[in-house]
Amino acid sequence: MSKKPSKGGAPALDMTPMVDLAFLLVTFFMLTASFRMAEPVVVDPPSSIGMVDLPDNHILVTIDNNGRAFFGISNSTAKMAALREMAKRYKVQFTEEQIIKFSGLPSFGVDIKDLPKYIDAKEEARLKFQPQKGVPLDTITPNNQLKDWINIGGTEAVKVYQAAKAKAAESNSEFKAEKPRYAIKCAAQTKYIFVKDVIKTFTDLKLYQFNLITSLEGGGTVINPTKK
Amino acid sequence: MSEIADSGGGQKGGKKRAKKQSTRIDMTPMVDLAFLLLTFFVLTATFSKPKSMELTFPAPPPPDQKIEEVKKGITFLLSKDNRIFYYEGQFRAVADDKGPATTIAELSFDQSSLHKYLLDKNKPMQEKILALEKRFEAKQLVDTTYKRMVREVKADKESYTYLIKTDDQATYKNVIDVIDELNINVVGKYVMVDIMKSEFDLVKAKIGTN
Repeated sequence: MSKKPSKGGAPALDMTPMVDLAFLLVTFFMLTASFRMAEPVVVDPPSSIGMVDLPDNHILVTIDNNGRAFFGISNSTAKMAALREMAKRYKVQFTEEQIIKFSGLPSFGVDIKDLPKYIDAKEEARLKFQPQKGVPLDTITPNNQLKDWINIGGTEAVKVYQAAKAKAAESNSEFKAEKPRYAIKCAAQTKYIFVKDVIKTFTDLKLYQFNLITSLEGGGTVINPTKK
Repeated sequence: MSEIADSGGGQKGGKKRAKKQSTRIDMTPMVDLAFLLLTFFVLTATFSKPKSMELTFPAPPPPDQKIEEVKKGITFLLSKDNRIFYYEGQFRAVADDKGPATTIAELSFDQSSLHKYLLDKNKPMQEKILALEKRFEAKQLVDTTYKRMVREVKADKESYTYLIKTDDQATYKNVIDVIDELNINVVGKYVMVDIMKSEFDLVKAKIGTN
């Protein structure tokens, strides 16, 4: 105010602090961002009061409205190892590039015979991939691929976990990773019998503990008994 | 930072002085870009991890072990169109000397129905747990002791065991809602069980009549 207005043009404003802050935030968000590819199905889980965070290290089975099952492993090393094992068991050939590409994909819902084609497809094509019938999980016929995926995936995930633990113990550093957990994400309107089939698959493998993924309870529908 | 020192590199011998120019550079485009990126990352950032509910299914008992009978049981039967039925105690197809034949009554997922029903049924246990919680919050109990005591209360033989059964039309949401409601009411024991044919027929008859 006391200053004389500078000759012509707008008064200069020192934007340095603002720019500093803006770039700081940009850097922060950029580094914390984790890009995920589009899931093959959008599933809207029911709400609950469950407050347990989904563990980072998980093996996820997604079930959509029509009862199709999709399978995914969060740990990419375990995922690659699981694919190798599955390829051996089902005698399907995968190239090394396909295996590496597979480790970056989200959950999938195709028969293992279609998997090489599915991996090679472009992202848009992959979303429309046919036949995407879900991972076969017949509990009667021996073609229960989901069971093998869960079994092998679980074993590999535990192996990765133990390798990391041993490595941490060797170098005396703090070990923070958690054991892999099994999670089920299911659409609210799915018929429970489909979920039952998946749970049957798990219990057949002697796995009895799951995290059921739910969204947060919408406000006001629950009366907490403690506030009574 | 915003100013760049005017380098006099272009002038020979420094004889001629260029007309003094402003050394400020226009930062507007850069700021625009910075904020654009900022907005993008803020909007795409997902901070909240998905929440989940931990659930343990019972392992099948070894074949030679005798299955313990549920003494005090309440069975929920879930069916289509978000309908939920229940009965208490053992299932009896026909009346015998222990009691009349089982009939099922309907509840709904409303706040006033299922929630209230469970609240009434589970009152003694809930009060015990709330009392423990108070003591825990007042730091009269240690964490581990508190957890152990809650477990003991929940394992109480006299309290109800809740059985959840579904027919072929029930949705996953209903199942989660019931489990959720049981969790809200700090119920000790609940389990998912396969529906029996006789129960299924009962539900079918009930749906057929109204």
